[in-house]
Amino acid sequence: MTKLLKIRNLSISFTQYIKGLNQKELQVITDLSLDIHESEIIAILGASGSGKSLLANAILGILPPNALVSGSIKYKGNELTNQLRKKLKGTKISLIPQSVNYLNPLMIVQEQAIGTTQTQEEKEEKILRQQKIFKEYGLSKDVNQMYPFQLSGGMARKVLISTALLNNPDVIIADEPTPGLDQQAVTETINNLINLKKKKVGMILITHDINTAIRTSDKIAILYLGFVIEITNTKNFKDNGEKLLHPYTKALYNALPETHFKLTKGTQPSYHNIPKGCPYQENCPHKTDKCIKILPELKTINDTQIRCHHPLIKGE
Amino acid sequence: MNKKRTIRFIEHKAIRFILLIISVAIFSFILINLSPINPVRVYLGEVAVSEAQRVMLEQYWGINQPITVKLFNWFTCILHGDFGTSLIYRIPVIDVIFQKFSASLILMLISWCFSGLIGFGLGIIAGKNKGSLIDKIIKVYCYILQSAPSFWIGLVVLIIFSVSLGWFPIGFGVPIGTLENNVTIFEWIARLILPVLTLSMVGVAPIAMYTRNELVDVLSSDYILFAKSRGEFGWDLIERQALRNILLPVITLQFLSFNELFGGAVLVEQVFSYPGIGQTAVMAGLQSDVPLLLAIVIFSAIFVFTGNLIADIIYYFVDPRIKENETIEDY
Amino acid sequence: MKTTKKTNKPWTLYHANLRTKTLVIISISSILLISIFLSSYLIKPDSIITNFTSANQMPSLEHLFGTDWMGRDMFTRTISGLGLSIGVGAFASLISTFIAIVLGLFSSFNKFTDELVAGIIDLFSSIPHILLIILVSISFGGGFYGVIMGVGLTHWTPLARVLRAEIKKIKTSKYVKLSKEFGKSKLWIAKNHMLPLVISQIIVGVILMFPHAIMHEASITFLGFGLSPHQPAIGIILAESMNYLTSGFWWLAFYPGLSLLLVVLIFDLIGENINKLLNPQSAQT
Repeated sequence: MTKLLKIRNLSISFTQYIKGLNQKELQVITDLSLDIHESEIIAILGASGSGKSLLANAILGILPPNALVSGSIKYKGNELTNQLRKKLKGTKISLIPQSVNYLNPLMIVQEQAIGTTQTQEEKEEKILRQQKIFKEYGLSKDVNQMYPFQLSGGMARKVLISTALLNNPDVIIADEPTPGLDQQAVTETINNLINLKKKKVGMILITHDINTAIRTSDKIAILYLGFVIEITNTKNFKDNGEKLLHPYTKALYNALPETHFKLTKGTQPSYHNIPKGCPYQENCPHKTDKCIKILPELKTINDTQIRCHHPLIKGE
Repeated sequence: MNKKRTIRFIEHKAIRFILLIISVAIFSFILINLSPINPVRVYLGEVAVSEAQRVMLEQYWGINQPITVKLFNWFTCILHGDFGTSLIYRIPVIDVIFQKFSASLILMLISWCFSGLIGFGLGIIAGKNKGSLIDKIIKVYCYILQSAPSFWIGLVVLIIFSVSLGWFPIGFGVPIGTLENNVTIFEWIARLILPVLTLSMVGVAPIAMYTRNELVDVLSSDYILFAKSRGEFGWDLIERQALRNILLPVITLQFLSFNELFGGAVLVEQVFSYPGIGQTAVMAGLQSDVPLLLAIVIFSAIFVFTGNLIADIIYYFVDPRIKENETIEDY
Repeated sequence: MKTTKKTNKPWTLYHANLRTKTLVIISISSILLISIFLSSYLIKPDSIITNFTSANQMPSLEHLFGTDWMGRDMFTRTISGLGLSIGVGAFASLISTFIAIVLGLFSSFNKFTDELVAGIIDLFSSIPHILLIILVSISFGGGFYGVIMGVGLTHWTPLARVLRAEIKKIKTSKYVKLSKEFGKSKLWIAKNHMLPLVISQIIVGVILMFPHAIMHEASITFLGFGLSPHQPAIGIILAESMNYLTSGFWWLAFYPGLSLLLVVLIFDLIGENINKLLNPQSAQT
């Protein structure tokens, strides 16, 4: 398996104005390291509104200007510079955005799906490809001439996926592909995503829905307050979750209706008050002095990467 | 179903138009009648009139009658197209209106086009380069022009082009009370240039600011982000993804600006002694030419209404999102 | 949470955060305006001396804005003209705000009053503003009084429109419905629930009304309505200057107009910055 993307120590922060015009620096993603191989789906799992989407924007280089990025991203071994990005964006690396809001409300679907073209030939060739993909996804010809507001949720999702596939990308970043869809459309979307693996695509699936993550991915990276706290194989989410090493991951898994439906107390603290030591310290039942003082490094145990001073190795 | 919608739109607008014009007429008539200035007395006091004229005038204004009767009389006259006789020009008001309004319309429409085009262009440049030096320069220009009294801009233009450079005569020497029919087209153009320049300069500011802010908004939208993620950038991105989205609101705004346009024309005409409706309105106001003033108010309200109407038409019939949506409650 | 460190370099203001900058801008501008307004009252009418020996002088250190054909110092005349404009502007804003609030609250009573207010707003905005001022000032018999009323009674429409929309929004909110169920009177609801919520809109509206009122006062006097030619209103000064432009006395028009522009600009600046303080989410652009 070829390594497509190699992300090392990526941090994203930006300055913001809050009430009374005070300036604040918000650390949204801290020290994130991740590899994506071909035919592999990695889910990035985190609470909604946690700025996971910024990871996608960072890879694609479309962060707002007040964002600060550090760390490195490599594509097939080459540092992803702005120059390289320009070549890859929309062709080799493509985004499946969250919602229909990512389509221009005043442009018909077909025009958006094929994107910019330089020559008439290129345009015709792209239209052919677009129509083939639309057909594959069961979108009728009427959809071509529709405006985004005329699309149903499921149709919009299919349009967005086919748009991303038009140029045969290596890497796809899917940002929250399931919310707002009915059960059938969710299943369909998930199957569509899994089928992309046959095309040797590597995918980053950004989601806050643990179900979607488990059903779709090969590996799951769990984000807490912008820190990766665990990267584990999806198959570890089974039985009683004995192979899950981080207390937060375990709590998430236990909260699922299919498992124990056990809710843990406590809320995720605000990004404005990220603690100094372990990010999870406030809600962790195994907290020690060390957790308060020292931020644990990401380390590898049994094929799992984990950021914890007291991993649950034996299971509980 | 689209036809039904169109008919409903027309009905609605027609009713609104009639109601509005009636209330404008009544409202301005009452305002004038509240005034201690009596039109007939002013008229009689300043000029000699024949007995026949005096009788006609008294009949028209219904001297010593209660205001309701006066209003009723005046209103029936208006419905018959009789706006009375101008006290200054001594000809039917409707003739004065026609001549002066067309002169002003030329001035206003040319300036309107210029300011719209230039404003839109500047707004696009500023919005695309948000935060850069060129954006700041355009913003400062707009702030200053928006705060500048338009008649003062006119004076400065006059100082520069007429006094310093001597390219144009100062004041176009139109004696009050004469209607000039014998003006050549070149003379028209010559006397149009400076007022158009002034009015355009003033009109550029709001449209440029609005375009800039709209573009900045659109550029921070999700669909622009997506387009960027697909490798679109620079002018191509703006041309393909943003222009169509801001053009509609900007054109709408430009049509909604007829009120300010008229106000600007009044002041600018005064500075350049341009023989248009604005200058006439000022004269009518200062010399208590009540029938003329009332007619100008009514016609300018029609003018403003027309602008708003066109803006509505664009909004409801061009935007595909609204075109589709049948259930629009309030127009 | 990290707050940006304050740098104590020479450009402290440049590095300060937006809040400090905004406050500084507001205070400096306010001081400037108040001092113009106050100094215009310190100028006694006889200090604008007619002195034909120093007539028509270019701007100099002695006469910053030059002198006119009667040898009067244009700087002094301009300042007192600005004072007058600010005074009229303040008074007009006061009346207009009052009207806007009354109409806004009135619109909240029932559907009929709401339609009525909407109709009045439509009526007022359908006549070109400058003609409306002329009409109103004539109906009050013209003169200084007419100008004040003309400017004061016609600037309430934008604020009234905002208030009406805002009140409509508040009215459908849950707590207002709840108060209604508790049998509170409409006036009580208006006073206790609506007024506090719309107060920031009112403040911003008033300050943004000011520059418009000033500009219209100048325009209307420029056109020759109202004030007698001896009063030092900016409009009159500029109208008068037109007679001397051919003689090349450009400063008679240039500086007084520029000063008016500055005053209007300062008001806009204050309004915008106060808006920024009250609605910080609009601050980033």
